[in-house]
Amino acid sequence: MINASIMTFNILNILPILVLAGFGMIVLVTDVLSSRKWVNRNILAYISLIGIIIAAVLTRSSTGTTLFSFNESFVTDNYSLFFNFIFLLCAGLTILISHNYIKREDINYGEYYALILFSTIGMMLMASGADLLNIYIGLEVMSISIYILTGFKRSKLISNEASLKYFLLGAFATGFLLYGISLTYGTTGAINLKQIASFIAEKGGMSDPLMVIGMGLLIVGLGFKVASVPFHAWVPDVYEGAPTPVTAFMSVGPKAAGFAAFLRIFLTAFGSSHLEWQKIIYILAILTMTLGNVSALSQTNIKRMLAYSSIAHAGYLLIALVSANDMGVSATLFYVLAYIFMNIGAFAIIIVLSRKGDECIQINDYAGLGFKHPLLAIAMTLFMLSMAGVPPMAGFVGKFYIFSAAIKSGYIGLAIIAVINSVISVYYYLRITVIMYMKEPAREFVPLTISPLMVAAIVISVVGTLQLGIFPSKVMEIAQRSILMMR
Amino acid sequence: MITITHYLVLSAILFTLGVIGVLIRRNAIVIFMCVELMLNAVNLSFVAFAHYLNSMQGQLFVFFTMTVAAAEAAVGLAIIVALFRNKETVNIDDMNIMKW
Repeated sequence: MINASIMTFNILNILPILVLAGFGMIVLVTDVLSSRKWVNRNILAYISLIGIIIAAVLTRSSTGTTLFSFNESFVTDNYSLFFNFIFLLCAGLTILISHNYIKREDINYGEYYALILFSTIGMMLMASGADLLNIYIGLEVMSISIYILTGFKRSKLISNEASLKYFLLGAFATGFLLYGISLTYGTTGAINLKQIASFIAEKGGMSDPLMVIGMGLLIVGLGFKVASVPFHAWVPDVYEGAPTPVTAFMSVGPKAAGFAAFLRIFLTAFGSSHLEWQKIIYILAILTMTLGNVSALSQTNIKRMLAYSSIAHAGYLLIALVSANDMGVSATLFYVLAYIFMNIGAFAIIIVLSRKGDECIQINDYAGLGFKHPLLAIAMTLFMLSMAGVPPMAGFVGKFYIFSAAIKSGYIGLAIIAVINSVISVYYYLRITVIMYMKEPAREFVPLTISPLMVAAIVISVVGTLQLGIFPSKVMEIAQRSILMMR
Repeated sequence: MITITHYLVLSAILFTLGVIGVLIRRNAIVIFMCVELMLNAVNLSFVAFAHYLNSMQGQLFVFFTMTVAAAEAAVGLAIIVALFRNKETVNIDDMNIMKW
């Protein structure tokens, strides 16, 4: 049957994505021009930032609407717009902290910025996908760009190795995700999330075992992207080997995008049979939090420590998914936003202290930083306390909202385990602070070269961390208006 | 008479072969080929479902999967080449400079 009616083909809805794609291309072309010395290569960072700001303004301007376009495969609602804003913020901060780093490490190629923009496009597609095809394409666009970014220091063996590990395991996980999509499609006859939901509601639950297997495989595929235990094995190695700004980017962006898709798929498509998947995610959340926090205790490398800490944070976010209520969704949005500020801020400090050929990533390298560079040490302390969940920082408020969402859904045991985990995490976050202030410097700190862009990134992170911690109500209100409208 | 079950069983067998290959082979390129086998097993199930359900979406999905797999192959082989230039091996047992 040929459907002759004209599809709703609304270009305006994907305008932010098109703008980013366009600016990505401009960056690539400008890079070619700069290799002939016609333009200065330093402007590439500014071009990308302009693209991100335009996309953010366009995203802002379409709030408050719920529009389906492209044959109901793409949705523009407050939920996707909030996430898009998060991704743009993450990409913007990453570019700010990358500019000096990639010049210093001799990897100053235009592709770097273009790939960050392209992977942001993938994330935005994931958050706005209203069918499984769109979410899958978004996931792949994001992942493939980040495989390349991980191996961007292509003359360094550690970067190659991280990239290969990420690529092989990522492609492996994609296979599972795809098989899950295929089984879901085969048993429900639809790839559109709303149609899947109405099919399951009609049948009165998941009667077909193939459908349950399909859902399980979707959990595997998405669990890999958000780095939940037992699909976390790649995280520490990849985070250690990747260039530091890329580590900052991928510890936040893909995780947020993974959760955007996770919530969208499981709360809309499988929302009516939540009792089936809540048990699985419940166990995953406990394992993820505990293993992340316990493994982080014994790390001596700060990038590996933050890798395990990011696994633990994925565990906290899984609690919000288990709660499966509106409060859980808005808590996820708030927490991801808070996590961007504190995590990228911490990586910014690591980049400031590192030098060419000397990454300065052992925790003992930070001894005496409090006396030599008090401002940097204060900022680092702030980020660490926020991640540990100490009031009045953003991390505390985020955790508070997530745990209340769990209690509201009756998961009191889970909330107690999460609080215990949070207490364990204080040890390794505070250890850095203690080393910074209470140990004699083991090494000389050379005079730091800190660029204006880096200062801007750190200031934005500090302000964001404090702002969300002291005055959370305004952002929380926006997050509450962004709960899923699709149901 | 070949039914949907036959196709699904075949696709499940191919998928499992791919998974086993990824887990036991040690050459990065062979592992990557096994991943491709997994993706193609899924494609088979998509086409079978599309025929059985009489809907086009499954076939549409296969085109996108193939495109993505091609992009992934380009990136993956480039990563393997970059690694081979520095290390002169593609055996994943030798990828051990980062350890806990």
